[in-house]
Amino acid sequence: MPKVFVTGIGIISAIGSDAESVRNSLRNKHSGIGKISLIDTIYKDEIPAGEIKATNDQLYELAGINRKSFLTRTALLAIIAAKQAVVHAGLSGKSLADAAVISGTTVGGMDRTEVFFKEYLKNRSKGKIREVAGHDCGDSTERIADYLGISGFISTINTACSSSANAIMLAARLIKQGKIKRALAGGADSLTKFTLNGFNSLMILDRQQCRPFDENRNGLNLGEGSAFLLLESEEITGNKKILAEVRGYGNTCDAYHQTASSPEGHGAYLAMQQALEVARLNPSEIDYINTHGTGTKNNDLSEGIAIQRLFDSGIPRCSSTKSFTGHTLGAAGAIEAVISILALQDQCIYPNLNFTERMHELNFSPSSEYIPDASLQHIMSNSFGFGGNNSSLIISIN
Amino acid sequence: MTAYIRGVAILSPQKTFGDQGFPDDIVVHSGHGFMKCIEPAYRDFIDPMAARRMSRIVKMGVSSALKCLRDSDVPMPDAIITGTGLGCLDDTEKFLASIFSNKEKLLNPTPFIQSTHNTVAGAIALAIKCHGYNATYTQRGFSFESALEDALLQLDENQSKNILVGGFDEITETSYSLTSRLGLWKNHMVDGTKLYEYNTRGSLPGEGAAFFMLGGSAIPGNSVRIRMLKLFYEADGIDDINERINRYLTEDGIDPGSIDLIMLGFSGDNRTDHYYYHLMSGIFNDKPVTGFKHLCGEYDTSASFALWYAWHIIRNQKVMVQLLKENPLGEKINSVLIYNHLRGKYHSLYLLERC
Repeated sequence: MPKVFVTGIGIISAIGSDAESVRNSLRNKHSGIGKISLIDTIYKDEIPAGEIKATNDQLYELAGINRKSFLTRTALLAIIAAKQAVVHAGLSGKSLADAAVISGTTVGGMDRTEVFFKEYLKNRSKGKIREVAGHDCGDSTERIADYLGISGFISTINTACSSSANAIMLAARLIKQGKIKRALAGGADSLTKFTLNGFNSLMILDRQQCRPFDENRNGLNLGEGSAFLLLESEEITGNKKILAEVRGYGNTCDAYHQTASSPEGHGAYLAMQQALEVARLNPSEIDYINTHGTGTKNNDLSEGIAIQRLFDSGIPRCSSTKSFTGHTLGAAGAIEAVISILALQDQCIYPNLNFTERMHELNFSPSSEYIPDASLQHIMSNSFGFGGNNSSLIISIN
Repeated sequence: MTAYIRGVAILSPQKTFGDQGFPDDIVVHSGHGFMKCIEPAYRDFIDPMAARRMSRIVKMGVSSALKCLRDSDVPMPDAIITGTGLGCLDDTEKFLASIFSNKEKLLNPTPFIQSTHNTVAGAIALAIKCHGYNATYTQRGFSFESALEDALLQLDENQSKNILVGGFDEITETSYSLTSRLGLWKNHMVDGTKLYEYNTRGSLPGEGAAFFMLGGSAIPGNSVRIRMLKLFYEADGIDDINERINRYLTEDGIDPGSIDLIMLGFSGDNRTDHYYYHLMSGIFNDKPVTGFKHLCGEYDTSASFALWYAWHIIRNQKVMVQLLKENPLGEKINSVLIYNHLRGKYHSLYLLERC
């Protein structure tokens, strides 16, 4: 089976609107989590988030798209990241036409729907109906395909917070089986009143900067963003520069509870184990884990125990970069895959911010400092979602 | 990859759930509004305590999935894969409304938790404690098709697997009113038996939940297989559609002459039905042709109904509608080719055959 190579990356998040700025923020410990300024919510001054400090008008400009196109914020973010990945891979026009676009998102165009609903709830004949036309999760993926002139297979995955990890996994599987040669795979989610209130009603939003894997962690910070990888079969990459290889993947279901993870992290353990099997690697060969690490009591305990069980004697260095970006939900898997590729390129480990005290239940701590001279070949990236949807990717360089 | 259908279960606006009367007792839609599913006694499938917290679409999805598991005698599938165009709408609307009515305070998290599209696949896994592969697709007219594509890929990777794959979508009063404003539906009274005759804008909205158990090898008594699935996004007019269908059939070594019945996704919308009419008088000119959306309505995952209906026809040899193209049916219907498109943008082609 052909190898699956990454030949282009694109990213926009609270810590930068391209790979270079994201890399600089990570190196310099500049978190993007702060006060909410663009969403109309009563929690503006109370709940911090990883918001991209650009209005939709500014995003139209950044994407080079006319405002009349009427895009949701999610679609704007998706197009910006997807376009970067395509340009990075040196592709355009005809070479793209038969590529696949596979994306992950959880709330799709909710950012416009909630603007519409405010009017609609007062009077059922009110509200600009165009606002809800892009509500569904498939909209942003269709917009990417139409914008880039792609007419291959297009699809969107919604497995909550593991959506874009699964998008990358599907693209890799399709390439390995020879079904497709080239895919744009990633995800996008914008910050919304809907998700902010949803996670707040579950009482898992930290009022301070999130503290993944810390004994005193108290919840997650939401974020927004998009990232895409341009994946190509080794059969067609020729002399092109290879950034990394998608070497392993695993998808399992915790099947424990609708939202909570099992205390022993059963699903997480199985997903990581499967990814190792597909990659044909031993646990000891993983050099770094970019954890799901949301900062909630439940996730970090469950994930930590699963890592401890699987990696037994030699736990690799690990960190949660959600302490920089916030939890970008459907986009998280792709954003963290791009961050993992940057780490491989620079042979460094990005820190887990806000860490002070090891969790009592665990025998390891995350890396809390930037490590510039790490020797990295294989990185594992975890993404776990509501519904028990657990996925793990392994990204490697030779 | 060829996938063998080992079991099915479907909730639809027809009496299709178990031995309820389809196809002899057809429910005909008449009037305004949408076609709604006939729902079973959920307590036969879901613990009443758990059911109380579930929205209608979750109950519909979970019960048809569990019935499919039961009827196909596969208690533990290796993967659960679902497709839905709009996910769990009712809970999404509920939570959204509560944000405004409660001014963001003291919100009940349950509808938020159950608003995500993967709620159904997660609840099925939870009900049977299935730790296998679990995914949910949502891409308008490719939602169910993507799930099926993934299921076929799973069988390519490992032929010995059993894959539970399903499609579901619900329609709510709110979604009906909003999609009506978007101009998707007929704005006049509809008699379902005349759906294809109006020559007006818009289609008849519907909903459903269909699940299939797929395996990589044939087992006696369950002898229908999915021979082909082809998807194409956007087409350059009718000639392109014609050319693609011919090419896909040729690529897979299928002789169009050997197909016994053509099932086309006529929705009654005169803006997009012309694609079907062209095919009917073109490459399928000498074939008997039938439709299915007068039975289930139009929705993102309606092809899951078509797949089930084609399976049902091959198994029971009964086509219960007037043929849209009255070419004589052969003695036996051993193969059905389905071509469906959603609003002219998402095109899918399936071939089912007895083996």
